[in-house]
Amino acid sequence: MTDFAADSILVLLDVTPSGALASSSAGLLGAAASIGTPVALIVGDEKLAAEAGALGAASVLVASADAASLGVPVVDALQAAVARVQPDAVLVSHSVEGRDVAGRFAARTRSALAVDAVGVARDDEGVLAQHSVYGGAYTVTSAPTYGTFVVTVRQGAVDARAEAVSDPSVSTLEVTASGAPAASVLSVDEVVQTSTRPELRGAAKVVSGGRGLGSGEKFALVEQLADALGAAIGASRAAVDAGYVPSSYQVGQTGVSVSPQLYVALGISGAIQHKAGMQTAKTIVAINKDADAPIFDIADFGVVGDLFTVVPQLIEALAAKKA
Amino acid sequence: MKIVVLVKEVPDTYGDRVLNLETGLADRAVGDRVLDEIGERALEVALSYADAHPGTEVAVVSMASDAAAATVRKGLAMGAGSALQVVDEALAGADLGLTAEVLAAAVKRVGFDLVIAGNQSTDGSGGVMAAMVAELLGVPHATALSTVEIGDDTVTGTRTSDGANMQVSAPLPAVISITEALPDARFPNFKGIMAAKKKPFETVTVADLGVDADPGARPWSIMTAIAAKPARAAGTKIVDEGDAGAQLAEFLIQNRLV
Repeated sequence: MTDFAADSILVLLDVTPSGALASSSAGLLGAAASIGTPVALIVGDEKLAAEAGALGAASVLVASADAASLGVPVVDALQAAVARVQPDAVLVSHSVEGRDVAGRFAARTRSALAVDAVGVARDDEGVLAQHSVYGGAYTVTSAPTYGTFVVTVRQGAVDARAEAVSDPSVSTLEVTASGAPAASVLSVDEVVQTSTRPELRGAAKVVSGGRGLGSGEKFALVEQLADALGAAIGASRAAVDAGYVPSSYQVGQTGVSVSPQLYVALGISGAIQHKAGMQTAKTIVAINKDADAPIFDIADFGVVGDLFTVVPQLIEALAAKKA
Repeated sequence: MKIVVLVKEVPDTYGDRVLNLETGLADRAVGDRVLDEIGERALEVALSYADAHPGTEVAVVSMASDAAAATVRKGLAMGAGSALQVVDEALAGADLGLTAEVLAAAVKRVGFDLVIAGNQSTDGSGGVMAAMVAELLGVPHATALSTVEIGDDTVTGTRTSDGANMQVSAPLPAVISITEALPDARFPNFKGIMAAKKKPFETVTVADLGVDADPGARPWSIMTAIAAKPARAAGTKIVDEGDAGAQLAEFLIQNRLV
């Protein structure tokens, strides 16, 4: 029986359909280490325990679960882990899977739940969650009145990384199934990232295109600039609605929120809906024909001009600089 | 078949949205308030099924202040048969846990075979409510569905998960949430708007639902601090005179962004 530190923070690590630790794991363990002793829960292969240790887990609990049953077995495992570890807080990824588990667990145990945190902290009274709401227009801190705090953490929001633990204590977690009804998973089709470009969420640089591109074919200009900068590709809702690119590219209130070092908006007017998803970018560059486009109100460098002449010249100038 | 659709009034994302820095609550006086689009799409899923299956009952359920009644009524104008709105001052600042308890109790009162919600509201972006309500109702959840097929005793669909598309199936009763990949909602027509005035619209309190809204009754998530980020200011703006691309490259290089 392993004893757990009094300041334990239980971290549920997502496991991908192919059985690896999800990319959110490093940030979750980094956040946990900043407020206590990270204890990882892995519902999956015990082999992943060493990897969790390398990302900072002081101890690891491993549980197995029926993958054909949607969500509920992981909630049962989390409940067993919390009973055993008695953590100050539970951190879960704000992923589709993580949100379901955190929501069901909090509802089942009547725990205080905070979602979409961009950071965590601790004060004299306990664990705090930090949020960036309304597209980054406000920062809000939340806390539980009492009890274990369940927090989902926005993917890619925490830069802190925990020190590697070379020999984490690993134990198997016995889980009593709750018997709560669950949906069945009939098949899983993993979407493999084939592009060499960075993923939009969490990218350091993003080039986004809007309706100003004019067509799906001309959207290639966005790809060319993205490749010249080593950036991820995004799009405004208008470009998605017009069918230039799939909806997974959409940056904004109803799409992906990004906070890159550099955000380049091409042919995007800057509707509030779009601004809400990117205005926390460190540097914003905009190119648009319309001098009155609202995007210019927040751009650090704005060019009023035809993007089909400006962007190729920009790519050429960047290439010349590299040469 | 009885389908309950969870809907929510939110600040219009096409306008400015304001939080009161004293209370931390949304300022309802600023900007337009609208029915959340994802909830409208959820209602469209229910109405499309009802169109093809006579005898289907569709009800909208919402937790909101009095002032939101007109917004909830839009659900009736679109075609829902009845509405239930939970209105109670004790719910101001309710956390996710209390909100889930209230919605689950409201859904139980209405009765359901299937509950449909949007995957994430545009204001809170929590994305947890469907799973929470499912847990409290003791039924399966199938969230983030980009396709939905409602059968007599099951609901199936494609779940757009993290890095995977999965086919899932749940026996009814169940709670599902849907994504923006599903079709836009229909517009209420004049006939619908007129008919909405005659449809049942029930307003209930937490006491009616038998829910304890006392913050001491169980742990709450509370807001302890709030601050507005300073607005961004515009920087350099140039009009292209043939060398804007080169100037922009220079700006990026100087700021070590390439």
